[in-house]
Amino acid sequence: MSINIVNISKKFGSFEALKDINLTINTGELVALLGPSGSGKTTLLRIIAGLEYADAGEILINEREMISRKIRERKVGFVFQHYALFRNMTVFENVAFGLKVRPRGLRPPKNEITGRVHELLRLVQLESHAERYPRQLSGGQRQRVALARALAVEPSVLLLDEPFGALDARVRIELRRWLRKLHDELHITSVFVTHDQDEALEVADKVVVMNAGRIEQTGGPEEVYDNPASPFVFNFLGAVNIFHGRVHDGCAHIGSLKIDSREHVDVPDTMVVGYVRSHDIDIGRTATGGSSIPARVRTIHRVGNIVRVELLPDDGQGAVEAEITRDRLNELNLQEGEGVHIRPKKVKVFIEDYQI
Amino acid sequence: MNLSLKKQSILPGFFPSLGITLLYLSLIVLIPLSTIFLRSAALTFGRFMEIVTAPRVVASFALSFGASLVAAVTNVFIGVLLAWVLVRYKFPGKGLVDALVDLPFALPTAVGGIALTTLYAENGWIGRLLAPLGIIAVFNPLGIVIALIFIGFPFVVRTVQPVLLELDVEIEEAAASLGAGRVQTFVRVVFPSILPAVLTGFVLSFARALGEYGSVVFIAGNMPMKTEIVPLMIMTKLEQFDIPAATAIAFVMLVASFILLLLINFLQWKSGKNLVSG
Repeated sequence: MSINIVNISKKFGSFEALKDINLTINTGELVALLGPSGSGKTTLLRIIAGLEYADAGEILINEREMISRKIRERKVGFVFQHYALFRNMTVFENVAFGLKVRPRGLRPPKNEITGRVHELLRLVQLESHAERYPRQLSGGQRQRVALARALAVEPSVLLLDEPFGALDARVRIELRRWLRKLHDELHITSVFVTHDQDEALEVADKVVVMNAGRIEQTGGPEEVYDNPASPFVFNFLGAVNIFHGRVHDGCAHIGSLKIDSREHVDVPDTMVVGYVRSHDIDIGRTATGGSSIPARVRTIHRVGNIVRVELLPDDGQGAVEAEITRDRLNELNLQEGEGVHIRPKKVKVFIEDYQI
Repeated sequence: MNLSLKKQSILPGFFPSLGITLLYLSLIVLIPLSTIFLRSAALTFGRFMEIVTAPRVVASFALSFGASLVAAVTNVFIGVLLAWVLVRYKFPGKGLVDALVDLPFALPTAVGGIALTTLYAENGWIGRLLAPLGIIAVFNPLGIVIALIFIGFPFVVRTVQPVLLELDVEIEEAAASLGAGRVQTFVRVVFPSILPAVLTGFVLSFARALGEYGSVVFIAGNMPMKTEIVPLMIMTKLEQFDIPAATAIAFVMLVASFILLLLINFLQWKSGKNLVSG
C-alpha cells in the first residue's frame, strides 16, 4: 500500500518540526527517514501513524485520507525504539494482543489466533520463547517480538521508529539484515526512522534525508551517497573533508587544485567549498600539477585494515583526513612528519553560502 | 572463622546495617508489641474468649474491619483517578492540587474529624444537602467510612503516582496502534502494570484505617453496638483500668491485621513478579 504525504507541517510551540513536507512512498518499498536528532523524522513517522496531529496537510494511505482517522482505525503497524512490550504478558500474549482486542464480530476464533501467533513467532525465530515474559528476553529478541506483534494485525504499512537504536552494535547489524530479508519475503510497505547512515544505506530501497524539518534529498542509497544534493547530505552520509576556494568560468580553484565544475559555469567569480570523502583521498609522494595539494603527515592511526592519515596542507587550510588501506600505507612507507601530496580523487563543489 | 552466612560482597557493612535494623525493629516494634502478648497471656483462655466474644466487642471488630475495607476500596478508585489526573494532564493549579493531597497526612486527625463532623452534621454544609435524601452521615457507620477515606486516600495517590509516571506512554500508544480502545488499553495494559502499587496503596490505606482513632471518634458518636470502633473499645477498657481486657482485644486486632497484611503482600508479590524491568 502506498503512502502519500502532502504538504504536512507541524509546530511544537514556536519550533517548526516539519515544514511543508511532500513525499510519496510506493507500495512494497522499504524507506529510511534519515537525519540528525531534531530533524523531524520521528515526528513525521508519528504523524503517518496517527500518534501525532499535523497542523496542516494530508496523509493518504493506499489513496485513502487518514488525517481524520484515529490510530486504531489506520491499520498501521508501529514498532518503537524501546520495544514498548506489555510487561505483564508473555511473548505469546503480546503477539496475540492485537487480535484479541478486536470487536467480537471481527475477532478470529481462538485456535486461529493461536495458529497465527505461532506462525509469526516462527517468522521471527522465537517460537520456543512463547511462554517467556519480556524481561526474560534480550534486546534483539524483544524487538523481534515487537515486530511480530505489529505484524499480527496484518497492517497496511509498517512503521519503525529507530528500531535498532537501543541495541548494541553487533545485534544491530544482524537484526537490520534480518529485517531486510523479512521485507523481501513480506513486501509490506515499510518506513523506518534512523540517524545511522550505515543502517539507512544498507537496508533501505529509498533514503529520505531530513534536516531541520525539511527533506534535503530523496533517492536510492547509492544515489544519495554518490550524488548528494546539498552539503548537508554530503556531510551527514559520512566523514568528509572541506576545502575552500573560488570558482570562475566553470573551473574551481582550491589551493593548487583545479577542478572542472561545469555546473557552476554561469556563476561569476565566487567563493566555493569542495567536499571530499576521506576514502576519496589518495596520498602520493610526487606532485601531479593541478590535481594535488602539498601537505605534511601529522598522525597515522591504524584501525584494523583501514589507516586514517591526518594531513596538514601547506597552504594553511584545515587538517585533512585520508582513509587508505594498510597495503597502500606500506607501499608508500609513510612516516609522521613527512611532506607528501594529497590527491583528491573525487571532489564535489558547492557554492559557499550553502552553510551547513 | 569463616562465617557461612556472609557471602563475599563488594558492598560493605552487611552486619552493622542488619544489626542496626534488627535492634531498631526490636526497640520500636517488637518489644512494645510483645507486651501485648505477655499481658494477654495473664488471662485464662476462657476469660480471654469471654472478653473478645462479648457482643459489643464483636460488633466493634465487624465495624472496624468492614468500614476500613470499604474506605480502602473507595480510596483505590479515588486515589488511582487522582494519581492519573496528576500524572497525565497539565492544568492550572496542578501544583496546588498535588500539595493538597498530602494535607490529611499532616493534619492532626482530630482536626480532620471535627471538620468532617461539622460539615456532615444535619445542619452542616454537606449534611444539610444529604438530609433531605434520607442520608445521615454523622453518628453512623457512613460517617466513619468518610473519615477513613479522608485519612487514607493520600496513601493510594502517593504509591500509584510514581509508578504511573514511570509507565511509558509508548505502551499505550502501542496498544492503540494494535487496535485497542481506551478501556481495553487501561484494563489489559495499564492496570496490570500499576496493580502492585495499587495493592500497596490499598494495604497502607487499609492498615491506617484499622488503627485510626482521632478523626473517627468525633464523627462516629460512639454508640455501643452501632458506631464503636476497636481502638475506641481498647481506649474504653483502658479508662476502666481493665488492662488485660484491653490487651486481649488488641491481641486479636494485631493477629487479624497481621494475617491480612501478609495475605495482601503475598498477592502483591504474585502480581508484580513479571513486571521487573522490560
